[in-house]
Amino acid sequence: MKITVAGETKEFNEGLTIAELIRQENIENPDYITVSVNDEFADNENFPSIELHDGDAVEFLYFMGGGSYVIL
Amino acid sequence: MSFSNEQLERYSRHIILKEVGVKGQKKLLNAKVLIIGAGGLGAPCAMYLAATGVGTIGIADADEVDLSNLQRQIIHATEDVGKPKVQSAKETINKMNPDVTVNTYHEFVSSENIMKIIKDYDFIIDGTDNFPAKFLINDACVMAKKPFCHAGIIRFQGQLMTYVPEKGPCYRCVFKEPPPKDAVPTCKQAGVIGAMGGIIGSLQAMEAIKYITGTGELLTGYLLTFNALKMEFRKIKLPKPNGKCAVCGENPSITELIDYEQAECNGV
Ligand SMILES: [Zn+2]
Repeated sequence: MKITVAGETKEFNEGLTIAELIRQENIENPDYITVSVNDEFADNENFPSIELHDGDAVEFLYFMGGGSYVIL
Repeated sequence: MSFSNEQLERYSRHIILKEVGVKGQKKLLNAKVLIIGAGGLGAPCAMYLAATGVGTIGIADADEVDLSNLQRQIIHATEDVGKPKVQSAKETINKMNPDVTVNTYHEFVSSENIMKIIKDYDFIIDGTDNFPAKFLINDACVMAKKPFCHAGIIRFQGQLMTYVPEKGPCYRCVFKEPPPKDAVPTCKQAGVIGAMGGIIGSLQAMEAIKYITGTGELLTGYLLTFNALKMEFRKIKLPKPNGKCAVCGENPSITELIDYEQAECNGV
């Protein structure tokens, strides 16, 4: 199935969850991101159970401070 | 208010724009913009707003200029090291444009003082470097019904969004709460390219100018992200507020300002 991740459409296996997508995409600081699927926020607690479907568009929104430090 | 010959010349490149004109320039000269944080983002933002002729600029920052700031905080110069950032910023702005009145607040914003500080301003710029301040600014602006532009930068990346009351999501709609202070380790030095502040801080100034002059479309309901390594801007559509936000929702659970504890990072 095809899923658009941060604007880029890629091929994934059926049954992919948000948690698995985060792992496959090597997302930095996965505990502190916001995810939207088709312009709806996904609850962070449900990342392991939310399955993605063909044609979904996923965005990762990152916490960003104002300078040279990063939250881990 | 009528323009002096000097002002007509100084702002001629604005006045010639049909989106600004004499009317827009008057709005800018009558406008009051508050910049919280005179650092990587706030420095370039303040300079462009000053050059633009925003008539009143407030600057809030508790810090003094440090040598390690100068790589990106271009409103301060080598001779300013050790000076309060608000004073150094004010001196630079005064040299740039005598039309601008600068109000300085040499203090950290907190639940105690923020409502009083933002009260008289038309638009607020979040140029802060830490999450407690970012959430405080958001919540205060939501409660006081003030528009503001959030931004963040790190390494080669930056982002910004503009909150306008009743017009779109707030920062807390997107990021529910700050990362906990006791997440171990909470933070590390990551570095940032100085020009990132110039790019994103200038975009914040652009949002303020558009808001004041009523021109174009704001980043309300969108998060603009910039990746300098890929030289890629992305305008990400944000979900519409669903009424459940803890501060801007229909039954907000946050009705008083919160002073979150700062993770153990030193100033940025
Ligand atoms: Zn909200």
